[in-house]
Amino acid sequence: MRMNYLSLCAALALVAACSSTPEKKAEVATGGTATTTTTPPAAKPTGPVPGSKEDFVVNVGDRVFFGYDKFDLTPEATATLDKQAAWLKKYGQVTITIEGHADERGTREYNLALGERRANAVKNYLTATGVDLARVQVISYGKERPAVLGSNEAAWAQNRRGVTVIN
Amino acid sequence: MTTRQTLTALRRAIALAAVMIMAVAVQAKAELHLDITTGNVQPLPIAVTQFYGEAVGAQIANVVEADLERSGLFRPLDHRAFIQTPDQLANGLPRYGDWKVINAQALVSGTASVQPDGRLKVEFRLFDVLAQQQLTGLAYFTQPDGWRRIAHIIADAIYKRITGEDGYFDTRIVYIAESGPATARQKRLAIMDQDGENNLYLTDGRVLVLTPRFSPTAQEITYLSYFNNRPRVYIFNVDTGRQEVLGDFPGMTFAPRFSPDGNKVIMSLAQNGNTDIYLLDLRTRRQTRLTDNPAIDTAPSFSPDGSKITFESDRGGSQQIYTMNADGTNVQRITFGAGKYGTPVWSPRGDLIAFTRINGGRFSIGVIRPDGSGERELSTGYLVEGPTWAPNGRVLMYFKEKPTGEGGRQRQVRLYSIDLTGRNERQMLTPTDASDPAWSPLIP
Repeated sequence: MRMNYLSLCAALALVAACSSTPEKKAEVATGGTATTTTTPPAAKPTGPVPGSKEDFVVNVGDRVFFGYDKFDLTPEATATLDKQAAWLKKYGQVTITIEGHADERGTREYNLALGERRANAVKNYLTATGVDLARVQVISYGKERPAVLGSNEAAWAQNRRGVTVIN
Repeated sequence: MTTRQTLTALRRAIALAAVMIMAVAVQAKAELHLDITTGNVQPLPIAVTQFYGEAVGAQIANVVEADLERSGLFRPLDHRAFIQTPDQLANGLPRYGDWKVINAQALVSGTASVQPDGRLKVEFRLFDVLAQQQLTGLAYFTQPDGWRRIAHIIADAIYKRITGEDGYFDTRIVYIAESGPATARQKRLAIMDQDGENNLYLTDGRVLVLTPRFSPTAQEITYLSYFNNRPRVYIFNVDTGRQEVLGDFPGMTFAPRFSPDGNKVIMSLAQNGNTDIYLLDLRTRRQTRLTDNPAIDTAPSFSPDGSKITFESDRGGSQQIYTMNADGTNVQRITFGAGKYGTPVWSPRGDLIAFTRINGGRFSIGVIRPDGSGERELSTGYLVEGPTWAPNGRVLMYFKEKPTGEGGRQRQVRLYSIDLTGRNERQMLTPTDASDPAWSPLIP
């Protein structure tokens, strides 16, 4: 009979409570706007203030859509981006963040790269029409922030998008 | 590799020879051995008795038994059939006939006692019932709250003695805990034992975090954080709770993994619509670009000897898996089946690469040899993604997401494990929805 003796000191390394985490800012402010824009706000006699975020979303259109695994701009997309560029020229002081999104039918890391491609496709078009590069930032959310919930092509098509967010 | 294969072949030869001798001689020295390298393994009937002494002895035996059962390689027997009692086992030899009659092939007994210094002493013995001999016996000392880990270490010792392979029970899983509606999902870093116990949240959910992976010592986790709306690769120290951004890159960094020696992190950098693979040396902070291609190159994973890297790229027109040397040379495509292939992860044994495949609207988890041969599918579903290997290269974990609720508008996401036979798929118990699992090495 063989017996090996092994001493094991205090087993589980205690994970320190996350007091030193750098997470102090609130969650991304753009997440909420993405979901509220598909339906127009209740009609008001005055409408959105010209030059406001609401003005941009309602009267210009803040998003363009892409084909499955695609990042090229459709004619509908460029028409929307032309309107965005005109609005951005009129209100030259605003800066924007372009979000790139993917549907859920891809793997997480590939979709992060795909979202970055889509955001840059929008950025390249806007800057080519004269929007100052210094006003534009991009961020990819991959498949992390769907605009629409559903398990069908109609839902996925609305999630494959580039969203121009007024900062 | 070759040494291990020779050893396995040798064990198999011994087991076969022993069976033949036993047919003519009762005094055979048969070695109880379960060969898990074949496709079809009959679970080994095993009697795990309560450990005699302190009340925690029963809990220890339960954890050992649950570990062994979940592996799919062992079939624990019903305690109500046991004839010999734990105190009889603690104070004498097994009455082998009592165990043979209930068809036990292996027997585990043990004791748990508190030492004068307050520490818990846990002993266990593993017996071969048919050969009527002790196979192994070990004793451990721990602070009383360390009993659960001792149970996993004992389960690993039993697994190793009987299969000839290292176990994977004394390990942890880091994953992403999910909550909230799908359009505003809250995601937190979380860590738990391999069996789902000791669940702990490492971040509070205010910042989106994704894709955590362990360092080779399990002390550190590298992951993607959206802190300050700047998605970058971070390192989290499990002991101190300290978080640190990795490198100074001009765009989004993501898809990080440690090198096998723990000195480097390989990751992707996305910039101006192009994603390439970079290596960051953690000591010198030097950045090396490994791919330079207008395609998406991401999801890199080192071979266990550090000489090669597998990654995914759409450079051929669709997402496929490639291998290359660790310096970026000698790029070879290895997947050619229908559909897309992504998330390649090299097995800790070096013999296989696990992947996610998307084909015909279905997702699946599979494995393939690094030379592109021997592709096999292990699990499939609406969305199945992100395999990670147990340290012995015999079991995979991944997440499965499925539509729920009215019109399929909500999601249920859970972690699952499966062995390489593809026959033993188990859902992990997590307090919330869970995704992006990463399996730790055996805890040092």
